[in-house]
Amino acid sequence: MASVNMIKPKARLSNSNILFLIAAVIFVLMYLFAIISFPGSFLQFQTFFDLFNLNAPLIIMTLGLCIVMIGGGIDISIGAVCGLVTMACAVFLESRMGSIGGAILISLGIGIAFGILQGYLIAYLEIQPFIITLSGLFLAQGLLTTLHKDPINVTMGAFVRLRDFDFVISWLGTKNRLGVFIPCEIKPGTIIVVILLVILASLMKWSRFGRNVYAVGGNSHSAMMLGINVKRTVFITYVISGLTAGIAGFVYIMTTGAGNVGNAAGAEMKAIASAIIGGTLLNGGVGNLLGAPIGTLTLLVINELIRAAGVQSNFQAMVSGLLLYFFIVLQSIIMSLRDRRRVSIALPPWLRFPGKGQVASQRQP
Amino acid sequence: MLSETILEMKDISKSFPGVKALDSVDFKLRKSEIHALMGENGAGKSTLIKVITGVYEKDAGLITLQGEPIHFKSPQEAQNKGIGTVYQEIMLCPNLTVAENMYIGRSHSPIVNWKQMNEQAARLLQSLGIPASPIQELASCSLAVQQMIAIARAVDMDCKILILDEPTSSLDEDEVHKLFELMRELKARGVGIIFITHFLEQVYEISDMITVLRNGKLIGEYETSSLSQIELISKMLGNELEDITKIKKYEPHVSDTTIPVLEAVGISSVAGVRPFDFAIHKGEVNGFAGLLGSGRSESVRAIFSADKVTGGEIRMHGKKVKIRSPLHAMKHRIGYLPEDRKGDGIIEDLSVRDNIILTLQVLKGFFKPFSWKQAEAFAEEYIKKLNIKTPTSNTPIKSLSGGNQQKVILARWLLTNPEYLILDEPTRGIDVGTKVEIQKLVIKLAASGMSLTFISSEIDEMLRTCSRLIVMKDRQIVGELRGTDLSENDVMNMIAQGGENVCAQ
Repeated sequence: MASVNMIKPKARLSNSNILFLIAAVIFVLMYLFAIISFPGSFLQFQTFFDLFNLNAPLIIMTLGLCIVMIGGGIDISIGAVCGLVTMACAVFLESRMGSIGGAILISLGIGIAFGILQGYLIAYLEIQPFIITLSGLFLAQGLLTTLHKDPINVTMGAFVRLRDFDFVISWLGTKNRLGVFIPCEIKPGTIIVVILLVILASLMKWSRFGRNVYAVGGNSHSAMMLGINVKRTVFITYVISGLTAGIAGFVYIMTTGAGNVGNAAGAEMKAIASAIIGGTLLNGGVGNLLGAPIGTLTLLVINELIRAAGVQSNFQAMVSGLLLYFFIVLQSIIMSLRDRRRVSIALPPWLRFPGKGQVASQRQP
Repeated sequence: MLSETILEMKDISKSFPGVKALDSVDFKLRKSEIHALMGENGAGKSTLIKVITGVYEKDAGLITLQGEPIHFKSPQEAQNKGIGTVYQEIMLCPNLTVAENMYIGRSHSPIVNWKQMNEQAARLLQSLGIPASPIQELASCSLAVQQMIAIARAVDMDCKILILDEPTSSLDEDEVHKLFELMRELKARGVGIIFITHFLEQVYEISDMITVLRNGKLIGEYETSSLSQIELISKMLGNELEDITKIKKYEPHVSDTTIPVLEAVGISSVAGVRPFDFAIHKGEVNGFAGLLGSGRSESVRAIFSADKVTGGEIRMHGKKVKIRSPLHAMKHRIGYLPEDRKGDGIIEDLSVRDNIILTLQVLKGFFKPFSWKQAEAFAEEYIKKLNIKTPTSNTPIKSLSGGNQQKVILARWLLTNPEYLILDEPTRGIDVGTKVEIQKLVIKLAASGMSLTFISSEIDEMLRTCSRLIVMKDRQIVGELRGTDLSENDVMNMIAQGGENVCAQ
């Protein structure tokens, strides 16, 4: 077996790509199913855009989390940090010196501060990331309630204008029941998602840092022996994750316009679920940032489907849970099959990529 | 016909607490030379390598690289000076592509140029004849190819010295030959190679020079062509003076008609030991002799089902029994004291008492725990019986010395009153006094009717305690020796000749 491999090296799909591919296929199937079941809502472009418009913060957090997870870590503080940022922004914007620029700085500052603190403790003092980010979660929650307990609706003029701002795509849209054409609308949060996705996915694919993250997640001891600064690499992944949590916080308040104690509560768990569904392994070293939005959207489409079917909301959570089981089992089955090298997933010809440019063509966004 | 020296080490000494790992060792490596570094476990090979590569700092001595004195503080520094090291365990990232593994951690540009990297890698792979594609994920390559990629990485960093630390232990024959071709290619380019292996045949196939270490001391440097296998083995094993001549073997009365306590037929395991037969009688002590890596441990681990057994059967008292896991073996009153005390034996943070009763508790079932009093009684009994030096039975085992830790593990098994006890290297890394105690105990146990297998890297220990020696080489049994007047020479002869027989086949 081994010698056959040696003579004819097969450029097979990497684990990152195969998991991404599975996630993408499942998302497409899920969406097709949704369209067939509820053509009234899912066939509208606006429904698709709304998935982004309303859930941009979650997707942004998932992006940062994916980088941490590829590096072999975990960050469960992101939801609480995001919530803290919304409240901090709300309090700041409602104060006399409030300004949008200042709010953005506060968001980024809080995110980066958490990232630096946690990254330092995890990377340089080598404390388990789960414990550290759990502490971060409590710290951020405590700060949030200390800052303000009651919901704050931001009424500052400039901010309300920003909140209600939409990009209108005049050539795309649907006619409502009265026959009036309603163009599609995209929120600025969606644009931020796309920009971050492009930046971070490129970072992971084409930068030295990005490849180092994969190496560290794959085998940190080997990575060290190969001359990679493992500690610095891990540190930066947490800073990025803190930064994205900060950005997510600003996008959150930009969408809802209010600071609330319950903002983004539990979002870290949704982000972890999204990352896993999107093909990022908890063990590290395997994952594709393009899978982050796909994972989030899959999770959301399922929720939307259940809601559209008129089922109670507690079933949404149950189905999400079962789906997560299914994904994790599927991933581990595929991994163990591939590791044993006895069985490999035989892709149908229409899914195979042509010959040599294989790796490149799949990894590029 | 010796060419220019590239690496010279003079009077290198290195001590660890309580051990002198290297005692004024000299070593010389020349250009275009494959130099085998030989020695048994604990001889100081790894320490010497780690001193060269800067993992350890030497206590005394001088290292010169092409006439220039050097003093590395990290493997990175050594790498930059052209000393590449490839370890037994492949130090690459399986989730990256082949090309990435060759170039990651070396470039200072913040941007990865995939196209250029893949082209460079393809050229290098081709020039070294490595059958891999740069865009392949490393995990999809065979182990041999991964090993070669690690070498290619070292070579591409313009290395003058390549250190291969047991690169062949996980490779099959074909793969070894491919690796050797690569080594010859590098030799032709003028690279000096230090090669460590436990396979004697490989040493004779590929190396030009042999340096033998024993107990941290240099035994000598020899030309491979002028040193016979038997001489090499005797130099590696040595004839240390004994202060333990008093030990008398116990000889059980065994006739061909008695049914053995345990009989293994055609047993093999995933650890790569070839199918073998084995039998042991009541009150018998036998041993597996052979060099490290010859399959001694693998064989007994197969009997105990510590590695997944792939074939054969085990009979106890003539009846076939199903042993598929260590727990099954324990239930059939087989005990196994593992070679790797730290990894497989002690539970570091548990107390001496808990470590002693562990196995008996497992056999009894976790829902029927021993009372504290009972456990304490067991612990006290064996602490006394085996003379375990510990402040209290409550002391965590990790604070005991190696020899006392070993006694605790031994106590753990004796408490279960096994019929057949396997001791795999029970005397390794412990002081001489405890070694003697353990050997005496083995003989006492045999006299009381227990069957034992005693494995040791020190052949004389086995000669003293075992009434029968099974000789292994290259993962198969090459013969058996019995009788009271065995000498180390008999064993060495058998190892050396056994090898020739295997080759002739």
